[in-house]
Amino acid sequence: MRAETFERRVRQALYVARRWHPAEIAFWLLAFAAFLLFPRNLLLLNEIAILALFALSLDLILGYAGIVSLGHAAFLGMGAYAAGLFAKHVGADPLAGLVVGMGMAGLLGLVTSPLVLRGTDLTRLMITLGVALILYELANSFGSLTGGADGLQGITMGPVLGLFDFDIFGRTAYLYSLSVLFVLFLVARRVVHSPFGLSLRAVRDNSLRASASGVPNARRLAAAYTLSAAYAGAAGALLAQTTQFVSLDVLDFHRSADLMLVLIIGGAGYLYGGLVGAIAFKLLQDLIATFTPQYWMFWIGLFLVLFVLGGREIIHGAAKAAAGRLARLGKGAAR
Amino acid sequence: MLTILFDGIAYGMVLFVLGCGLSVTMGLMNFVNLAHGAFAMLGGYVAVQAMQRWGVPFLASLPLAFLAAALVGIVLERLIYRPMYGKSHLDQVMFSIGLVFMAVAGTDWLMGSTQQFIHLPSWLQGRFEIAGVGIGRYRLFVIVICGLLAVSLQWGFTRTRFGSRLRAAVDDARVARGLGIPVNRLFALTFALGCGLAGLGGALGIELMGLDPSFPLKFMIYFLIVVTVGGTSSITGPFFAAMLLGVADVVGKYLVPEVGAFIIYALMVVLLVTRPHGLFTRARA
Repeated sequence: MRAETFERRVRQALYVARRWHPAEIAFWLLAFAAFLLFPRNLLLLNEIAILALFALSLDLILGYAGIVSLGHAAFLGMGAYAAGLFAKHVGADPLAGLVVGMGMAGLLGLVTSPLVLRGTDLTRLMITLGVALILYELANSFGSLTGGADGLQGITMGPVLGLFDFDIFGRTAYLYSLSVLFVLFLVARRVVHSPFGLSLRAVRDNSLRASASGVPNARRLAAAYTLSAAYAGAAGALLAQTTQFVSLDVLDFHRSADLMLVLIIGGAGYLYGGLVGAIAFKLLQDLIATFTPQYWMFWIGLFLVLFVLGGREIIHGAAKAAAGRLARLGKGAAR
Repeated sequence: MLTILFDGIAYGMVLFVLGCGLSVTMGLMNFVNLAHGAFAMLGGYVAVQAMQRWGVPFLASLPLAFLAAALVGIVLERLIYRPMYGKSHLDQVMFSIGLVFMAVAGTDWLMGSTQQFIHLPSWLQGRFEIAGVGIGRYRLFVIVICGLLAVSLQWGFTRTRFGSRLRAAVDDARVARGLGIPVNRLFALTFALGCGLAGLGGALGIELMGLDPSFPLKFMIYFLIVVTVGGTSSITGPFFAAMLLGVADVVGKYLVPEVGAFIIYALMVVLLVTRPHGLFTRARA
């Protein structure tokens, strides 16, 4: 009897959390409307969409499962190279390439997950970093396959769904990336608001207690890690397909560090953090690039330091206040 | 073959001097300072500048590198490191990566992105042979200096009052504080010492490892291996880890150059996986 009411309450809570808030709908309408609003900046918008997907993937493990990673670029690179090589040697269909990229990255995630799930945060940081560095070295060494330091060239993409050709203005690219982002976001949203997502949060908050209540910790975390890896692979595949080029840069350490900054800006653990962070990050990068095209690294370092030293609380405090006001308007939690 | 081994030992010695400061600060304050390499780079650049601009002799530029790095270390510790001690490891890592990025870009801006070279005095150049083993004079010099440093550090760590306080603080900072040991001041001193040693190592290592603005990023992983493998509770642990790493790296690069840095990273992952708990997580109350 009590178990039944409890189950009903859990279902109810999950159902409420799954409902769409008006602000969310507005966000996605705006994202698609950006195609018409900013026809000159579609390439930048495309980059934002890809970075947002990449950030969403890190948010899945960092924000929901509490797994820290400094080597998420490994999966981005895996997806990018897999999709690039697929397009070059097998077929030019973008969606098939996307699936291949996701699959390969997910496989890598599955294989490396036993390594990552052991030890403390610090060990995890080091291991993920190590895995990414190993992949970088591998891509560098197998120059005959990956093109080494010259990058993978000669990728030609077919039209999306056999209808829409890629063009130099990034029209197809943006709509393609945004659609993929939207679909994968829907999936992620469904996942985190499922019992599976709840159990992940339980593991994050108190792993001992979670395993005591019957959550198979290791398997849940491995599943989340694999899913996240596949998402990062999708971002990599999009990057390879829309730029028709893959370089060693996709595996570089700064990709992982940038990504951390994106999530720090946007906040982890509510899915939109990665998206908002990606927008802010790219706009910031664009802005700074107009002043000082070099030395972007210095500014990103400064932002990291300032954010950690206390800027984060200020920004998120302001954002929360604004969100609170919005929530009162729309009635219902934004989370 | 023995010559390669010798080179590897010299390399490992430099790595030890570079990394031992990090292992102590990590053990003492449980603080992950990925920016340790930035101090090494600072020492290296100070040495290069001193020799090229002001004509300071090589031997005198080494203490200069030590002092400069230690001074910057103590100032930074006071100003920006201290608020970070209580934060999570993730925050500390982000913070120190930010510092590394700033150091890399800042050095690039100030000094240019080219490799830096130093001119060794003539008595340190060339090599001689003992029983068929080619011994580079500079490498021998490095081994002697670093060996002396290692011995004196070990002595200071185990035999002096400072060392015993330090060990007490590493083992349990709270109890040490309760016993009246000034842990914070101890840490500031140790931090400065570690940074100074890194600076010295950076200056010594120019000839062996090269020096350019990407130095802190390139060697970050090496320091981390020294610390993770060697543990944080003694001097001997990091010492042997550094030796192992130095020899493995030099031999590996010499015998199978196409694999590159791969060996090192694989080594680290394997070690971390096989000993995930004995490395970073020390039993703390």
